Amino acid sequence: MIKDFFSLALKNLKSRGIRSWLTLLGIFIGITAVVSLISLGNGLQLAVASQMGLASNELITVQAGGITGYGPPGSTVVEPITKGDARAIERLSSVEIAVRQNIKSAKVEFNDVVNFRYVGSVSNKEEERDLMQTRANAGPIMGKLVGENDFGKVTLGYNFYDKSEEWGGEAIIPGDTILINDERFEVIGIREKVGSLISDNAVSMLEEDMEDLFEYGNIADLIIVKPKSEDLMDKTKADIEKLLRQRRGVKEGEENFEVSTPESALATINSVLEGVQIFILIVASISIFIGLIGIINTMTTSVMERKKEIGITKSVGARNEHIFSQFFIESSLLGLIGGLAGAIFGTFIGFAGTYGINNLLGTELVPNIDFVLIFLTLLGSFLIGGIAGIIPAMKAAKQNPVEALRG
Amino acid sequence: MEKKENKVIIELQNVHKYYYMGHSIVKAVDGVSLKIKEGDFVAIMGASGSGKSTMLNLVGSLDVPTKGTILLDGEDISELSESDLSQIRGKKIGFIFQSFNLINNLTAKENVMIPMIFQGHDSEERSFRANKLMDLVELSDRMHHSPNELSGGQQQRVAIARSLANSPEVILADEPTGNLDSKTGATVMDFLKDLNKKGKTIVMVTHDIKLVKDYPDIVYWLKDGKIEKITKKTVKRRTQ
Repeated sequence: MIKDFFSLALKNLKSRGIRSWLTLLGIFIGITAVVSLISLGNGLQLAVASQMGLASNELITVQAGGITGYGPPGSTVVEPITKGDARAIERLSSVEIAVRQNIKSAKVEFNDVVNFRYVGSVSNKEEERDLMQTRANAGPIMGKLVGENDFGKVTLGYNFYDKSEEWGGEAIIPGDTILINDERFEVIGIREKVGSLISDNAVSMLEEDMEDLFEYGNIADLIIVKPKSEDLMDKTKADIEKLLRQRRGVKEGEENFEVSTPESALATINSVLEGVQIFILIVASISIFIGLIGIINTMTTSVMERKKEIGITKSVGARNEHIFSQFFIESSLLGLIGGLAGAIFGTFIGFAGTYGINNLLGTELVPNIDFVLIFLTLLGSFLIGGIAGIIPAMKAAKQNPVEALRG
Repeated sequence: MEKKENKVIIELQNVHKYYYMGHSIVKAVDGVSLKIKEGDFVAIMGASGSGKSTMLNLVGSLDVPTKGTILLDGEDISELSESDLSQIRGKKIGFIFQSFNLINNLTAKENVMIPMIFQGHDSEERSFRANKLMDLVELSDRMHHSPNELSGGQQQRVAIARSLANSPEVILADEPTGNLDSKTGATVMDFLKDLNKKGKTIVMVTHDIKLVKDYPDIVYWLKDGKIEKITKKTVKRRTQ
């Protein structure tokens, strides 16, 4: 008999007007948000991680004052980290190499166009340079990277070449000369795209050149540390923290510097993303709740409109629970249809979003289509429809046949 | 056909039905007693406002009386739950309404099948019976049409088919020809007469004097909620 009520409910839904379908918008938006969030999955995390330059998972970074949020690391710090800190860190038994890196903002001029860009330093020592390149994770797409004794020469991020519109319509290529803070530099290479807005727009030059250009002396914006072994990551981090506390004379818990392992950086990203996800889920819950109210509304209207039909079915032998089931199932199906549309659209957004991330970052992410979760969201929307239908269905079941027949 | 002592299907014992309108009481049915026996063709006749619609609701056990007892197949309907009453009604009484009361979302055949759903018949049986009934009312070719696409007479024939869905003992017809022209009305009445000949009990409520002359065996004349007179045809059909 339940099967018959399902087919009756489907027939009734088919003859419904656009008004009923519009009330499903809430459920639709809610389920779309949930499903797209799930199918984007770790794509979102990866996108943010790569924006923050976390391609390598075996290096520790040290910087003063923690993440400032605005400007290049270290640029807004009171007590900076120094070259001496880097040397001291390198002497630790758990550390293989420690390299300082500076990142500054500079005026870059080409083709009579001026833009402000980040400039990052590259060490003149080969093993240190290798380490920095591991971190940057971008080989040359044209020309070569800045190497030993390449004084007066720079390598540029992919966007210098790709976004010629930022340079008066001319793409910068190896062999060109650019002015950085009014000094002439020869471009010897373009790095491949990494998808990070910072790296792809940055200039690389030798540390010595940068020191001359910006005159920052011994300061290090960043110290990149390679532990002797990846297994020693946490121990190395602890060693560095202990050392820097001594050198800077601060107590535990009052550090004015930050030592971050890839894991801790990832944890930061995840907590930010979690916040975003919670926000989206709250929005989704609100719209699902609105959807619930919408279904209650449309079902109540439907009960009034179909009073006569209720009277007829009662006069031909329908029990109260039959009438209840009929409206309850119809309401559940209404919720399910909203959920189904949302799941389809959410999956579509998941695909489109992943495609967008892949395009932007050059990654090869696959959308995370979790059928169990999709099934659960569908079940959920079916149940929400059902819950919304309880009161209207009870109202329908309680109709007095004589009055209902009058319409 | 042979019958022994005809059993009473519906019995009203001193039935009253009052409605309260503001401070005044409307006595729509005021102390009516009657017995409807198997195989009867009964008409309840009265002008509008005479209480005949209320009578129909009571006889059809759609409504329960304010006072008095109604026995449906020997069972006191006021002692049944609404749902149980509905179920029994669906089995024992078939309704035909003046305004047909078909469900427009469904096809003619589906309308005929609806009462069978509530008695728990499976879909194969429903389909088989609905085909037979549509054939009986000569609408086999219109089975899959929506009621909207049928003429008034055709709709009423679908309603007759529906009323027969669960092989009820009684067919209750409320002004069955009220919305039809006289020719189609006559066709519908012939169907009812035919059913009566096949042994179905028919109770018809009408205000149409012409119908009363030709078809029913017993006529209850209703006025102001009371039975004013009872007329019977001299030739009893069941003695044939």
